[in-house]
Amino acid sequence: MSGDLFTQAFVYLTAALIAVPIANRLGLGSVLGYLFAGVVIGPFALGLVGREGQDVMHFAEFGVVMMLFLIGLELRPSLLWEMRRTILGLGGLQVVVTAIVVAGIAWALGLAPGPAITTGMILSLSSTAIVLQSLSEKNLLRTAGGQASFSVLLFQDIAVIPMIAVIPLLASRAPEVAADAAHGAGHADRPAWLQALLVLAAIGGIIVAGRFLVRPMFRYLASTRQREVFTAAALFLVIAITLLMQRVGLSAALGTFLAGLVLAESEYRHELEGDLEPFKGLLLGLFFISVGASIDFALLMEQPLLIAALVLGLVVVKLGVLYVVARVFGLVRPARWLFAFALAQGGEFAFVLASFALQNGVLTREQAGPIVAVVALSMLATPLLLIVVERFVLPRVTDATPERADDEIPHHDNPVVIAGFGRFGQIVGRLLRATGYETTVLDHDAETVEGVQRAGLKVYYGDASRIELLHAAGCARAKVFVLAIDDRERSLQIARAVRQHFPNLQVIARAWDRLHYYELRKLGITHVFRETFGSAMEAGTATLRALGLRAHQAHRASQAYRAQDARALEELAELWDGDEDVYFAAVRRANEEAERLLKASAKQREIVSDGAFDNEVLRPDA
Amino acid sequence: MAPRRVLVVFAHPALERSRVNRRLFDAARQVEGITTHDLYETYPSFAIDVHREQALLLEHDVIVLQHPFYWYSAPAIVKEWLDVVLEHGWAYGVGGDALRGKLLMNATTTGGAEAAYHPEGRNRFTMRHLLSPFDQSAHLCGMRYLAPFVVHGALRLSKDDEVAPWSRRYAQMLAMLRDDRLDLGRAAHAETMNVLIDETEAAR
Repeated sequence: MSGDLFTQAFVYLTAALIAVPIANRLGLGSVLGYLFAGVVIGPFALGLVGREGQDVMHFAEFGVVMMLFLIGLELRPSLLWEMRRTILGLGGLQVVVTAIVVAGIAWALGLAPGPAITTGMILSLSSTAIVLQSLSEKNLLRTAGGQASFSVLLFQDIAVIPMIAVIPLLASRAPEVAADAAHGAGHADRPAWLQALLVLAAIGGIIVAGRFLVRPMFRYLASTRQREVFTAAALFLVIAITLLMQRVGLSAALGTFLAGLVLAESEYRHELEGDLEPFKGLLLGLFFISVGASIDFALLMEQPLLIAALVLGLVVVKLGVLYVVARVFGLVRPARWLFAFALAQGGEFAFVLASFALQNGVLTREQAGPIVAVVALSMLATPLLLIVVERFVLPRVTDATPERADDEIPHHDNPVVIAGFGRFGQIVGRLLRATGYETTVLDHDAETVEGVQRAGLKVYYGDASRIELLHAAGCARAKVFVLAIDDRERSLQIARAVRQHFPNLQVIARAWDRLHYYELRKLGITHVFRETFGSAMEAGTATLRALGLRAHQAHRASQAYRAQDARALEELAELWDGDEDVYFAAVRRANEEAERLLKASAKQREIVSDGAFDNEVLRPDA
Repeated sequence: MAPRRVLVVFAHPALERSRVNRRLFDAARQVEGITTHDLYETYPSFAIDVHREQALLLEHDVIVLQHPFYWYSAPAIVKEWLDVVLEHGWAYGVGGDALRGKLLMNATTTGGAEAAYHPEGRNRFTMRHLLSPFDQSAHLCGMRYLAPFVVHGALRLSKDDEVAPWSRRYAQMLAMLRDDRLDLGRAAHAETMNVLIDETEAAR
């Protein structure tokens, strides 16, 4: 790295500090902000950073490595095992089909078979860094489409290894003098069996060391209570694995991912995450900036139409292949679209493979240059594509088919239907079951359904705002409908549907707050319960007791307050018509009135001033 | 002979407003070997733990219901307590002999003077008449019902020194029950326990 390190850091950080908040404010996400920052400070705009952008990128790739380590930490091996079908099947299909299609096109455009196949392999990869960062920023990583994208990216990281092995075989001329030995070239002279052995030994070493060496080490370091030592150890671990992986010619990202997996169930998982998260964020940012800075605008200026056509072509081809592959694999429509749009770019490994192919004489400079430029531009386009899919495509396809089909509900005559089985609904449900009433339970959250089913209770997955599902759940025969979901909009939607289609069904509803309470009352639901009210009353009663009130008096005080509050709430519910000004004026009046009464009262502290058990008044009679 | 185990079941919905009962209860708590049990404090919402109450009854030989005299009876929780704790098949009826042979009595405070609790008085009935539901309940359960300990005119007693003699007398009575020093035959038939306590104390 030439120049003053501090000056460079200053330039990079300044660019990030300006571009990222702007991009976020515009709703474009931080990845695009970093990329643009890179373009602006790069050699083709302001020229604040020069050609050493390439060097910075090698350093910044470490951010990707760290990201994979953190992802490994969050994944349990059992979960990964569950995903094996998607990783191998979907991932394998995607890489092979994309490589063949792209190679075919390249060949048709006049490339020799060797370079064409190499180009196909290089362009079949997508950007782990951009995709995972963007998806997690948009909270889409946990959706079906996000999970499929993750699986395929994981497969691609593995696929890089055989690609590095195959590319030298495709050479048609003498390799150029290796200018860059850091990237995997170091192992090419080893015999294949030794190479395979080394790879296996490295992977085995990581697993064994992770189990038996790293945990005791962290335990010891944790006992020193020196936070920075722990951080240093976390960084050390990642760097050590990276070095090891480079030596044996494996992807460092893959190695650290494995290490993360091994440590996923250790007790230091959360500390490791907390320690490495800021490093990962900054290094990834640096990586994105350097991608932006490395875009060869000179090449773009020379042949703007060609490059533009190639970028568009790449995105369209990848998108098409991804969509078809996802469809073959049975992904539902919204997931399919998200998956296709998310992965329709070239990846950071393309830079590595392109320079590797160049060194090995498979590609010429004239071929590798445009490939790198096209990949970088397609990476730049990814956040935009994701915005397109999120804003315009997903809303259209999501309504038509929900991500998960509603469960089939067998016919029965349970007297109670419960919609929503989270913190609130579960308590209601358990009370009913304990009292011997059978319930039919619906929930729209896959995680809740899975968790409750694991506990041995039957819960049906489904959207309770759909009339068909309400019919299937037996609402026409049930006596009571418990509306216990926590999303106020959907709660109101369901309440409306139930009131309209099952007017004789009694509804017991959970309200998020006062306004939600009013809305539900307006729909004609008589039994509405503010979700925090009951436990807050209990806490208040306990406080009164702690202040020295006798238990029964504290109980009566809370009962009296409950009644008074219920009256006031009903009066305000009458007033509520969606106009907050009118409402709050009334609330103010009610509060002033209460204040006035309190001041007028001689016994200020007696909320319960009903005179019961007050034998003072009897004394004159005695 | 082993001392009798005495349980004072206490009920006052607003103890902080009480003058006499509070002091009597304090005195009871000072008596060694006596169990005191405050119903309104234990069950503020009337959710009585039946099993716990039955176990408590089984552990004692003498049950004293201490309470103010409300509407010629005990405060509401005492009735709830009788209703849920004295179960059929446990306290009475077929197989219901858990309480057989135990002693039961009321210790209560009235607003009116002693003279008012008389066929010619304004309350028209004697204390024994008015407490007859408790008497008969004890009888149904095979328990022996004793005359009540009564502090009349409690509304007019407000100072410590006015209540003190009653507190002392109450404590004495509980100790006598504990040590089996009372003539139970007289205690069962007396109008109130009051005179008997003084005589027993004097004979000592």
